Order: sequence, then C-alpha cells, then structure tokens
Amino acid sequence: MLAYMIRRLILVLPVAFGVSVICFLLVHIAPGDPLTAIMAVDATAEEQAAMRAAYGLDRALPVQFLLWLGNLVQGDLGRSIATGRPVAAEVWRAVQNSLLLAATASAIAFPVGLLLGFIAGYFRDSWIDKTVTSAAIAGVSLPNYWLGMVLVIIFSVKLGWLPAMGAGPAGSDGWAWDWGHVRHLLLPSFTLSVVPIGIVSRTVRALVGDIYRMDFVQALYAKGLSNLDVLIHVIRNAAATALSVMGLQLGALLGGSILIETVFNWPGSGMLLSNAIFQRDLPLLQGTILTLAMFFVAANLVVDILQAAIDPRIQRS
Amino acid sequence: MAVAEIERAPAFKRRGYWAGVARRLMRDRVAILCLAILAALVLSAIFAPLLPIQDPYQASMVARLKPIGTAGHPLGTDEQGRDMLARLIYGGRLTLMIGLMPVAIAFFIGSTLGIVAGYIGGRVNTLIMRSIDVFFAFPSVLLAIAISGALGAGILNSLVSLSVVFVPPITRVAESVTSAVRSADYIEAARASGGNALTIMRVHVLGNVLGPIFVYASSLTSVCMILAAGLSFLGVGVKPPEPEWGLMLNTLRTAIYMNPMVAALPGLMIFVTSLCLNLLSDGLRSAMNVKE
Repeated sequence: MLAYMIRRLILVLPVAFGVSVICFLLVHIAPGDPLTAIMAVDATAEEQAAMRAAYGLDRALPVQFLLWLGNLVQGDLGRSIATGRPVAAEVWRAVQNSLLLAATASAIAFPVGLLLGFIAGYFRDSWIDKTVTSAAIAGVSLPNYWLGMVLVIIFSVKLGWLPAMGAGPAGSDGWAWDWGHVRHLLLPSFTLSVVPIGIVSRTVRALVGDIYRMDFVQALYAKGLSNLDVLIHVIRNAAATALSVMGLQLGALLGGSILIETVFNWPGSGMLLSNAIFQRDLPLLQGTILTLAMFFVAANLVVDILQAAIDPRIQRS
Repeated sequence: MAVAEIERAPAFKRRGYWAGVARRLMRDRVAILCLAILAALVLSAIFAPLLPIQDPYQASMVARLKPIGTAGHPLGTDEQGRDMLARLIYGGRLTLMIGLMPVAIAFFIGSTLGIVAGYIGGRVNTLIMRSIDVFFAFPSVLLAIAISGALGAGILNSLVSLSVVFVPPITRVAESVTSAVRSADYIEAARASGGNALTIMRVHVLGNVLGPIFVYASSLTSVCMILAAGLSFLGVGVKPPEPEWGLMLNTLRTAIYMNPMVAALPGLMIFVTSLCLNLLSDGLRSAMNVKE
C-alpha cells in the first residue's frame, strides 16, 4: 500500500508541473499587454519600460516562468493588478466560500445519487429503473445556470421564501452557521447538486446492475446467504468505482461552480475568476485557475489512494 | 426448372454495417423524436431569413418585456423590445454552431492523436498520452472559461477554447479502443503480409475504432452545448447584440421580476436541445452496440 501511495505521488508531480505551465501560458496567449489595464494612457516609453521591469515582463519567457514557479513553490502567486493585494490571500478567501458550496452540494448529491442509482440498478428494467434513468438523463442535460434562474423565479420572486443572491444577510461579513446564512446556501447548493446526482446515479445503476448479473452473486445466493449479506458483497464490489466518480464530481463542483456563483452572486472563486476576466487582471486569473486545478489534482490523488485501499486489485495493476 | 428456380429466388440483400445501425435507430422511437426536434431546430436556424418572423435586431422602447401571447409577439419581447420568437430562432444559429462544431473539431484531432498513440505505442504513446493527462487536471468548465477568459470574448475564441476542452477525452477513448484493436489477429496478419503502418491504420484500424469514438464524441455534444451557452451567459462567448441563447439568458436575468416566463425561455431551448442530443446519443450507442 505504501509503495502504491509513493508511486502515485510521484506520478502527480509531472501533472502538477504541466498544470503550472498551462496556467503560466494562459496569460501569454492573452492578446494585448497585461499592463494596459493599469498603465496611464499617456505613459511615456520610459515609464512603460519601468513598469514592465517592475512586473518582470521585460525578461525572456522561460526566465519569467522559472521566477514565477519559484515564487509559486513558496506560496506567492503574485499581486493582483487591479487591487495590488496578494493573489494568494484573495484566492484563499474565495476558495473557502466555494468549498462550502461544493461540500454542501456533494452532501446533497452523493447520498441521493447513490440511493437512486442503487434502486434503479437493483430493479433493473422495472418502472422504477425507467423513471430514475429518465430523471438522470434530464438532470445531466440541464444547463444548471438556467435551473438556478428558474429556482430563483420560483422560490425568491414568486414565493419569497429564500434569498435570490449573496452569502449572508446584508452587512454580514464572513460565514456563520445560522439560519440567516444557511438560507442563502440552499438554492445554490441544490442547483449545483443536480448534475452530480444524474452522473452518480447513472454510474451506480450500471455498476450495480452488472454486478448482480455476475456469477459470484449466484454462488452467494446458492450458498444460502440472505439478501442483506449479498447486498454487502455487491456494495464492496461497487464501492471503488462509485468512489472515484464521486471524487471527480467533488473536484468538478469546486471548479465548475463559476456559473452558479455568477447566478447567485456567491462570493467564491468563480466570482473572483469572472471579476479577474472582466478587469483583465491576469495574475488573479492565473492564480485562481491554478489553485482550483491543484485542488482537482489533489482530489483525484486522494480518490486513487482510497480506491486502492478499498480494492486491492487496483494496487497490482 | 432448377435454374429458373434459382433465378427466381429472392436476391439476398446485403446490408452494410451502417445500414444496420440506421435500421435499428429507426426503430427507437425516442431517438427518432429527438432527431426530428433537432432537425427542426437546425433547419429553422439555417432558413431563419426565409421564415415569416420579425427582425431579431429591431428594438422598440415601447414594446419592452411583453408577456408570452402578445399580438404580433407570440413569445413576447426581450428587455429591448426585440421579438423573442425571432431571436430564439436566430439564436439557434450561433448556439448550435458553437455547441456542435468544437466536438466535430475535437473528434478529428482527438481520433488522430489517439489512433496514432494507440497504434504506434511506445514513446509516441507516452508523449501524447502524458501531455493529454495534464488537461485532465482541469474540470472542463474551468478549462473552457480559463481559455476563453484569457483569449477574450468572441465566436472564434469560444470555438478554440471548447475544442481544446474536448480533445483530451476523445484522445483517451480513441487510444484505448485502438490499443485493444492493435493486438487483434487481423492486424497481425496485415502486418505479416507487409502492410505499412499508415495503410494498416487507414484500412484496418480506422474502420474498427471509428464507431466507438463517434458514439463517445456524440455523448459530449450535450455538454458542449451547455458549456458554449454558458460561456456567453458569463460574458466570455458571443458578444451582444448577437442573438444567442446563453447571452439572451444573461441579458434577461434582470427581467425575472417583471416577466419571468420570457426570461426563462432561452434556457428552455438550451435544455431541450441538450436533452435531445443526450437521448439521441444513447440511442446511437445501443443501435451501434457500443458498450459504455
């Protein structure tokens, strides 16, 4: 197991390096000068050159990359061009809010998805299965930013039950676990959970249906095991794959909440990213994407290791 | 008499693989319904200028946010008084194009990379597949928004960023099906009889791997549609005043208090289209007998 973990950790390094290369290059495929946003319109050539030197933009690309990577390893993501504040601090504050949203959405999506998928797989080809399967297809086909809008129309505009936007009552700074804050969390996290419910239930349905058709299940029944005991065997066989799908979904929720955060004005990493895009604040854009991608890589790593812990066959392949 | 009998015997109709797929697909009612809806959307988008609808750019200060069912505006008007029906039909042009083209582009690039990696193997495989791995470190929504955000808004930039998003998954599938085919006996035989790599890939490999790759690519079209409209919704895709479903949804967000039904319409179009794409892809998968 330890050998597997070490091997898996070593494999992450080139991917993490590749991610940083892509994030670095993102800024350089951007048309125009990253400094035009803050440079005075009437800046002289010398002033422009001085500014460029201050941000290190006058050096060769590989040198810039190495300097940037050196700072990165020390946790320094540079400074925001728009606000002048360190990017790392801004990103960290926003990521906490996104994590809260992603974790709540997962807490809704995973139990529901697992249960629906399991029932559909167990009663394969019955009306229950057909209903769940159709609902799952509808779920994965939903543009969730639209679903968010529709939920706001129903629950905020028509019924007036839940707030349409923000992460807490007016004037509140930061998160607290009281009704005033939690009610802001309900609509966005439910909206975000619909697609993962569809994906998890589809996967689990196929998985459970296939396992129940396997010979060993027949053998277990023949041995005289009760339904419940057979169920435990089936779950053990399905766990690894189901876990990996859920891990991927958790990572995707964190990086994919941008549109939902925009709909609900949720002050998370997605909002930070869209602000960075519109203010053309390239260091902030770079830092946010890098952080979210690294979270995704870490989620995959944890899932792989857990998977191997559950299913020893994976370690050997 | 025997000869006459043979001549009169019904000719055995030889059906190709694709004819069989089409026949099975025709029997799938859900898939056919979806195909019909998609065809109607595509045709009305293409022939929009010939349809008896209003000018989608014609704004009117007095006729803003009219509800569904207003005389002259069957689906109401948007926040600038433009006819919603016309804008939804014209909007299909950009949304469908940006929703489908990236998958088509990624299908060509991804299959090529994957087949080459899978067939040649060795170092070429390692190089291609390890580079592809890096892109899997980004959730697809994030990658699309990151590239579009860096490149700036615009139709061409959206096409580029979405194509980049879908090349890696298609390459991965293409590589795995090709690796499976590579060790088959008929490939071995072709190699033993002196076929060169390019010919074997073109003649023997391609025909056997294209089906599964195509089915997989078709399952990505719905995600691509949602993402494409999502980019415009966020403001990094199509620029106003162009009619596009995602962009329309965004500009109508302010109207949810005044006229929620009209504001929700463009999203409904995205939903229906992506649902049809998903169901059609599922139908195609079972018609072509490709396992998930």
